Amino acid sequence: MIEVENVSKRFGNFAALDQVSLRVAQGKLVALLGPSGSGKTTLLRILAGLEQPDDGRIRLGGIDATGLGTRDRKVGFVFQHYALFRHMTVAENIAFGLKVRKGANRPSKAAITEKVHTLLELVQLEGLAGRYPSQLSGGQRQRVALARALAVEPRLLLLDEPFGALDAQVRKDLRRWLRHLHDEMGLTGVFVTHDQEEALEVADEVVVMNKGRIEQIGTPAEIYDSPATPFVYRFLGNVNAVACRVAGGQAQVGGLHIGEGRADGPGTAFIRPHDVEVLELSPDLPQARVRQVVVLGPVVRAELELAGGVTVEAELSRDIKDKLGLRRGLEVSVFLRKARVFVGENV
Amino acid sequence: MAVLALSLPRRAPSVIPGFGPTLGFTLAYLSLIVLLPLAALVIKAAGTTLEQWTAILSDPRVLSALGLSFGGALAAALINAVFGLLVAWVLVRYPFPGRRLVDAAIDLPFALPTAVAGIALTALYAPNGWLGRLLEPLGVKVAFTPLGVVVAMVFIGLPFVVRTVEPVLHDVDLELEEAAASLGADRLQTFLRVILPAVLPSLLTGFSLALARAVGEYGSVIFIAGNLPGVSEIAPLLIVTKLEQYDYVGATAIATVMLAISFTLLLAVNLLQKWRRAQMGG
Repeated sequence: MIEVENVSKRFGNFAALDQVSLRVAQGKLVALLGPSGSGKTTLLRILAGLEQPDDGRIRLGGIDATGLGTRDRKVGFVFQHYALFRHMTVAENIAFGLKVRKGANRPSKAAITEKVHTLLELVQLEGLAGRYPSQLSGGQRQRVALARALAVEPRLLLLDEPFGALDAQVRKDLRRWLRHLHDEMGLTGVFVTHDQEEALEVADEVVVMNKGRIEQIGTPAEIYDSPATPFVYRFLGNVNAVACRVAGGQAQVGGLHIGEGRADGPGTAFIRPHDVEVLELSPDLPQARVRQVVVLGPVVRAELELAGGVTVEAELSRDIKDKLGLRRGLEVSVFLRKARVFVGENV
Repeated sequence: MAVLALSLPRRAPSVIPGFGPTLGFTLAYLSLIVLLPLAALVIKAAGTTLEQWTAILSDPRVLSALGLSFGGALAAALINAVFGLLVAWVLVRYPFPGRRLVDAAIDLPFALPTAVAGIALTALYAPNGWLGRLLEPLGVKVAFTPLGVVVAMVFIGLPFVVRTVEPVLHDVDLELEEAAASLGADRLQTFLRVILPAVLPSLLTGFSLALARAVGEYGSVIFIAGNLPGVSEIAPLLIVTKLEQYDYVGATAIATVMLAISFTLLLAVNLLQKWRRAQMGG
């Protein structure tokens, strides 16, 4: 279990982390998701002991680890650019953490060889034990880095943008593989990513960060379906952000009711494109004019101009598009299945 | 001609056209600048009879001079390898005020006329010099001893090691040290197992350059050495002495031996490096 309590970290005038608190349960795989500069990597490095927090406490498995150096934390760290030792073979890289142990803690040569073999099997690189990192592909290097980190049997696995430097297909394969690996080993893991798809696909729990603070913690479904803040709305997936007015608890855009607000005043309504339903023209529903239709493989994206000149984007299937005969200039009706209104200026 | 063309591997296209002319030029240039003078030396030495060779090479004065030149150069290159690495480390890793000045000062032994360096070192280490005065009560004599020879060789060899190691050290990512630490390695293990192997090829290059320079060094050494035959006389000086006495045979013989030893040493270092590169999979 990881417990982070009110951790702050500044670099000069820049507040990389501002009073961050977080709990990660044993055996969970957690994604730290955020744009660059959000403090996610700093938090990961503080967990690893590669940085020391200015303020706050870190507990790993119930033990205060705040002042502990990296060596003594028993965490596995996988670097974005692998940080493999170039002058060592794959097997030597993996064995490094065991070979540097001292005295009685150091396994016998045979035990190390055995362990390396098991790990190579685990990361599916059995035939490459004698290769040097320069002779491997990016995906293979990343798996060697992972095996090297796992060799010391860490109680916590930390991964910094583990798939950031890989091309799209390898990335997809590797993150599924990491998910399976995690399920098999039951290790507690934290990984940093700026790719929302990666976070939603791989993690049990997603921590969305922005400007050194945590915006929201939740399961991928929670994060996507009910974002807690406008930032999370914007950062995860496509969203229509429509300026509106809230009066008497009702949010209005150009006379059109779009949702409910908690307080009165100006606000912003967030509507996911797939929550905008496009229907045949009907007198009971708000009307809109189709301004543009783009076919993106199986989905169709339509730009709709509502009454009052507000434009929203709708995502619908090819079938619906064909049924409606959707084209530029067509008058349709829209139904907003779901919208969330945040009251306040500049949200 | 067809056979030759077949036996050559297909060349990759290059931005500089004409493999033939460029190779031809390279060989011609190397021959003119390097090989021709050396060949003249070897040809001259080849005219020497076997008895003359044995007489020259069994002369204790010659043997002692060769021993001092190569022994001193090896010692100086080793010292430079250790401390040059340290200097490069400090320059690369720690930003400190005046770092640029220190960085520029490293190159001074390159630029300074060697005679100036020799005189300065002699003044410093002579029994009444700034450092010599402090060392004398301790029973350490530097000027006019073999130790002085090594001091001068260290002085002129330092930039070679620093300048070859520096860029490579720059490329040794901090992440590698962090990775080693996260795997449980302590500082010494990280240095010996991670950093040193990464800079070793460049350190070897720096070592061999410093060695070569020290073997051939003349100007700065002769001032501090005192040039006592059999004690602090270096081989290059002996060659000059023999030339001044019109003993061309003796001079060329010593020069040829020096050339052979230097070539062997440098070749050995090169092979060592090639072997290491092959080890690392290119």
